[in-house]
Amino acid sequence: MPADNDTLRKQIIEAIASQHRPTVTVLSSLLAIQDSIGFIPDEAIEEVAVQQNTTVNAVFGVASFYPNFRFTPPNKHSIEVCWGPTCHLEGSSNILQAVLNYLELKEEGDTEDGEFSFRFNTCLGACSQAPVISVNHELFGKISPDESINILNKIKSSDQHHK
Amino acid sequence: MNFEELKNQADEKWNQLNDSPTPVIRVGTAMCGHASGAFRVIQSLRNLLSEKKIDAIIEEVGCIGLCYAEPLIDIKKQGQSRLFFNNVSVNNIEQIVEEYLVNNEIKNASTLGYLGEEGAVFNEPDLNTLPGIALQERIALRNAGHTAPGDIFQYIANGGYSGLNKALSTMEPSDVIEEVKNSGLRGRGGAAFPTGIKWSFLVGSPGPTKYILCNCEEGDPGAFNDKGILESDPHTLLEGLLIAGYATGASNGIVFIRHGHDGPINRTEEAIKQAKELGILGKDIFGSGFDFDIEVSLTGESYVAGEETALMEAVEGKRSMPRYRPPFPAAFGVWGKPSNINNVKSLSYAPEIVSKGADWFSSIGVNKSTGTAIVCLSGDVNQPGLYEVPMGLTLKQVINDLGGGMKKNQTLKLLQTGGPLGGVLGPDSTDIHIDFDEMRAAGAIFGSGGIIVGSNKVCAVDLTRILVAFCQFESCGKCFPCRLGMEHLLEIVERISNFESQPGDMDLMKSVGGTMESGSLCGHGQLGFGPIRSAITHFEEDFRLHIEEGICPTGSCNNPKIVPKNTRPYAQDFVAGVKND
Repeated sequence: MPADNDTLRKQIIEAIASQHRPTVTVLSSLLAIQDSIGFIPDEAIEEVAVQQNTTVNAVFGVASFYPNFRFTPPNKHSIEVCWGPTCHLEGSSNILQAVLNYLELKEEGDTEDGEFSFRFNTCLGACSQAPVISVNHELFGKISPDESINILNKIKSSDQHHK
Repeated sequence: MNFEELKNQADEKWNQLNDSPTPVIRVGTAMCGHASGAFRVIQSLRNLLSEKKIDAIIEEVGCIGLCYAEPLIDIKKQGQSRLFFNNVSVNNIEQIVEEYLVNNEIKNASTLGYLGEEGAVFNEPDLNTLPGIALQERIALRNAGHTAPGDIFQYIANGGYSGLNKALSTMEPSDVIEEVKNSGLRGRGGAAFPTGIKWSFLVGSPGPTKYILCNCEEGDPGAFNDKGILESDPHTLLEGLLIAGYATGASNGIVFIRHGHDGPINRTEEAIKQAKELGILGKDIFGSGFDFDIEVSLTGESYVAGEETALMEAVEGKRSMPRYRPPFPAAFGVWGKPSNINNVKSLSYAPEIVSKGADWFSSIGVNKSTGTAIVCLSGDVNQPGLYEVPMGLTLKQVINDLGGGMKKNQTLKLLQTGGPLGGVLGPDSTDIHIDFDEMRAAGAIFGSGGIIVGSNKVCAVDLTRILVAFCQFESCGKCFPCRLGMEHLLEIVERISNFESQPGDMDLMKSVGGTMESGSLCGHGQLGFGPIRSAITHFEEDFRLHIEEGICPTGSCNNPKIVPKNTRPYAQDFVAGVKND
């Protein structure tokens, strides 16, 4: 995580400038920043507005529309559970319940120990392997609630081991 | 380099690979492979090969359709056919290496069959005799699982870019449009509008800058065929885009993909880079004077971004909210320039239509649904997969022959087709053919090809609740009939599923649905009542049990209900935190 405001701004400006796709827009810049530092801080809204010659309101309007943007730094690991219809039929609500219990969360959010950020996903695109979860962007299909918790447990204990 | 030189070079490389003295190991790494652990298998495989000092070429390929068998790997030894191993894992990969690569035998490793002209490997069956392969007729997915999506030469060696070359060297743009019109190709995004007619709208629009957009937003839960094409064979889409660009006089192509779907994004960008290096994209393609460029544009998570004018807003970097029409995209599209939007599948047919002709394409399929259907089969069947089959198969064939029947001890209760805005069908619907018009008449749509199979353990109210929750979550909020209507419908369906329904709830839903249908700006609201209407038509009894007797027939509605809260726009309370000076 960036230590001070200047470093953060530099990272943001760098992320905006180093986009490799030819068309640069408010949305493409926000996605690039989120990919680079993991969230959209106030400074990012300002820098994108300056760079795109628009207002902070217009930029925040875009950022707030797409639920994949977050406005606070994420925890170390991301976990997403699919709740799409196929995954629902194949038992994703049991996974959701187990994962939320394990993380001591009631809805989308971050665990207090700084380990996990949890999100719902409407479709991870691997319906033939339902139910599917994504842990740090790696997909795990045909998974049970217990196996999901095992994956999270492994990550947690390996983090504690490295402390 | 002209096309013939490229083709010769590609053929040489392809023959070398097929005749390689070191074994070639192909691993399916599309989304289905990924989710079942293909990348973990590849890692183990690499370690094993270097440990045992075995020389082999590992190729990442796409999906041959049998998702249920993933991770699926095949090994081709010199002079022999490809031998397929199903459901490989980090636990049994060593057995495969030891048995087949080291000892040249098959004892306990689980195999699916062989594929190739070199004949049977041991006593394995021909993969082509499996119903899941035999019933397929692959056009858009012709290379999926067979060629490496990251290697343009493999695409060219298998006939790739010859359709483009034919169009550029022997056909006028108007001939290409005629050919596509005559093929009867209809858009595979959901609306099934004739593609050739759609292209012709753009022809008369003024240039020089005109866009052909390809929609791979694919937010439909239950559909993964667009991503499947991009991951398995991205060049077929690029060639389709180039052909559409030539036919319509467009200058630029944009492939629109959801951020986070890294497989399709990376494969497409890699393919664009390779095509540019070989002069297949850029200026004066194959010396024809035709210039065309393609870029990838990403959207944030938004289902409505798949609507054509919302997609254009997202390309411009704004909220993906639909525009008012007119003006239509052919007059005023992306950045105000004339534009034309097509689905990945529709464009991916174009190369073969140009190569083999309209008559060949229209001879496949039935009635006004020509060509193939790319079915994403998921749910309670034994063999979920990505099957490209001729239009006209019955749903029974899809479930029993492709899907291998219902899972053990389960019977068919419902089919959810055409995405969340499509509909559900009952168990008496299995004689219906996959045909755009027949399915629409039955109250469901074929849409983008998702078919979710539900067994007798599925409660229709519970499934409807999830579909409505999805549609509500994804409403962009621009027009009130959809924004408020979806919320209202969800409230009522939740009430019913909680056994707390109020008198008149069924009529209230119909009335809200009617308002949404007539008053919404785009398809999301107009079709948003579809899932409920078809559910109450086919499964009235499920609703009645909840409402009148307080019983859920399967018990699903007694479970805790966990769905995301309405979050669009997101983090509203944060607005005050932005320094607006």
